[in-house]
Amino acid sequence: MDHDELLRIADAERAKAKPNEIRCCTSSGCRASGSADVLKQLKASVAANGLNDTLTAVGVGCPGLCSAGPVVMSHPDGGMFGKVTAEQAKGIVAALSGGATDAQRIDPNQPFFRKQFRVVRATAGQIDPERIESYIAVGGYEGLYQALQKRPDEIVTDVTASGLRGRGGAGYPTGLKWATVEKMPPGQKYVICNGDEGDPGAFMDRSVMEDAPHQVLEGMAIAAYAVGANQGFIYVRAEYPLAIERLQAAITQATKAGLLGANIFQTPFEFKVEIRIGAGAFVCGEETALIASVQGLRGTPRPRPPYPAESGLWDRPTLINNVETFATIPAISRNGAAWFAAIGTDRSKGTKIFSLTGKVKNAGLVEVPMGTTLRAVVEELGGGTADGKAVKAVQTGGPSGGCIPASLLDTPIDYESLGKIGSIMGSGGMIVMDDTDRMPEVARFFMEFCADESCGKCVPCRVGTVQLHGLLTKLVERKATRHDLDTLVELCQLVRDTSLCGLGQSAPNPVLSTIRYFAAEYEALLQPEEFARPPRASVIPLSVV
Amino acid sequence: MPATLPADKRLKILDAAIRKQQNRPDALIAVLHKAQELFGFLDTPVLWHVARALRLPPSRVYGTATFYHLFSLKPRGEHSCVVCMGTACFVKGAQKLVDAVGDLGGITAGQTTPDGKVSLLVARCLGACGIAPAVVLDGTTVGTITPDQLTARVKEWTHGS
Repeated sequence: MDHDELLRIADAERAKAKPNEIRCCTSSGCRASGSADVLKQLKASVAANGLNDTLTAVGVGCPGLCSAGPVVMSHPDGGMFGKVTAEQAKGIVAALSGGATDAQRIDPNQPFFRKQFRVVRATAGQIDPERIESYIAVGGYEGLYQALQKRPDEIVTDVTASGLRGRGGAGYPTGLKWATVEKMPPGQKYVICNGDEGDPGAFMDRSVMEDAPHQVLEGMAIAAYAVGANQGFIYVRAEYPLAIERLQAAITQATKAGLLGANIFQTPFEFKVEIRIGAGAFVCGEETALIASVQGLRGTPRPRPPYPAESGLWDRPTLINNVETFATIPAISRNGAAWFAAIGTDRSKGTKIFSLTGKVKNAGLVEVPMGTTLRAVVEELGGGTADGKAVKAVQTGGPSGGCIPASLLDTPIDYESLGKIGSIMGSGGMIVMDDTDRMPEVARFFMEFCADESCGKCVPCRVGTVQLHGLLTKLVERKATRHDLDTLVELCQLVRDTSLCGLGQSAPNPVLSTIRYFAAEYEALLQPEEFARPPRASVIPLSVV
Repeated sequence: MPATLPADKRLKILDAAIRKQQNRPDALIAVLHKAQELFGFLDTPVLWHVARALRLPPSRVYGTATFYHLFSLKPRGEHSCVVCMGTACFVKGAQKLVDAVGDLGGITAGQTTPDGKVSLLVARCLGACGIAPAVVLDGTTVGTITPDQLTARVKEWTHGS
């Protein structure tokens, strides 16, 4: 493969395109609502009406509005239909030539679509994720070609200048991470893509892997070239079978096309990618635990330093980034660092994808520039709550994050602002709650999750989360006293300060943030002291531990 | 020493999968996935077989198999109903789905009905939050389901076939 050949593939694919296209979402969400049948019927209708010369029906990635799935779009006129059934397929095809259809139309100009700014998801809903040609036709692998024309350290400088920060949650500067691995002495180095999206309520990484698997591979290849690695791994959770299938197909296609493997773009650069499938463990999202799991071990974290950048997979320097981080790289390589740095806020550059769910009218994926307010996302793009009730809180960052009350909805979304109000950006889950949601119950839900998912290696997390869950249960069951509430807060601080890895350190966040903003709900559950004897020592039976 | 496995077709497929991984110890998780897919669950003879093939101490194989949620050391029911308990599903009433199926079969989450027909399981998050609450019925994801719809589907399993 050389650059001319890449351009030839793109030209051939564009020349092949018919004047009209009917696009049907084939991502997990719409699939669960029967989009595979819809696509089959669309194809059959196109053929039956003799429209094969002017119209094609194709499966595409997620256009974002999952709550209206299965979604069908017509191109280039921009028509959009939601909740499409297989029976309605015929009508939709007929509607293109002026016929009638009873399919429910979606307004493509509503704020949900209009107010997004898509960088990572730029091609979702437009290309067929299962064909490499479809990706190449929209400029795919051009970023890799351009990167290979530069020196590795120039790319690292570019990424640093772009201001990109890790999209997995912590927001560590990506350029700094790359520079650390790049500066390690030459020898075996690895690149790992963290696709173990375990945060309940978050699905943007699943979507990126399903909708743009080649974009993830391209980002990894650029990273590998920049840091001097020749082997990559994608760690995907087993709960995402479609993502695994599409990534595997993408790896095969890219290898066959000469975009992975040896002598990529006729340079000495060599890069292979393998998929590693997880087996259900939230803690494996933590980078050292993930590395253990890739090596076939129990996914338990280890203390850092040494950081994986110095000593990671099989004790070699290893670059670990999240799916969304890698998927951002091709656009930076194509458009330049300055272009990317111009998007977003001063300290949080670029865009971020959020999975907006819960009690919200428009549930789905939104990509907005950093610095957009929570209110804009929830009320304008999300359309408020589904049944018109008041928004009570927005939970961000999953079990590691916090609940933000409605009074703080004008907070801009960036790493620092969210941190200041006791929550985090996290991987981008955003769950809207209304008046019917009880915050102590939500806190207990997250603590149950953390207690269950604790790997058990360090005592504060293993024992602390169980005790915290016990105290929250006591509260929810109206058996707790003020003394218990004080113990709860004290223990939260202890677990946060003494746990080994991010799981334990952040597990108290949902509890502390709900106590901070919804104290009255906790107070209302408390019982007078005399009903709860004896206190402390036997508050929680030992058998629970 | 535990009993060795009887020579059956599934074992041959497992051995082929292990050979494909060149008997590498770091392929343990992939091999356990394959074994569970073939046998339905991981019993002691299977774990010993894997340990021998990958030249690993049985304690490590057992330790890994029990660490990850997706591996089961007990047999599963004929049908499976997995209720997603992610946050989006939780706020949309997933607990009611678990209770409804549990009441129907007289079981709690993680258990199988005494007749071995239905296993009720909970998942941490399926990533199908846009269509919450979601369940997986025998491998097929179904979104925005109500307790009544779900119990109707489960009843089909118990009364049909």
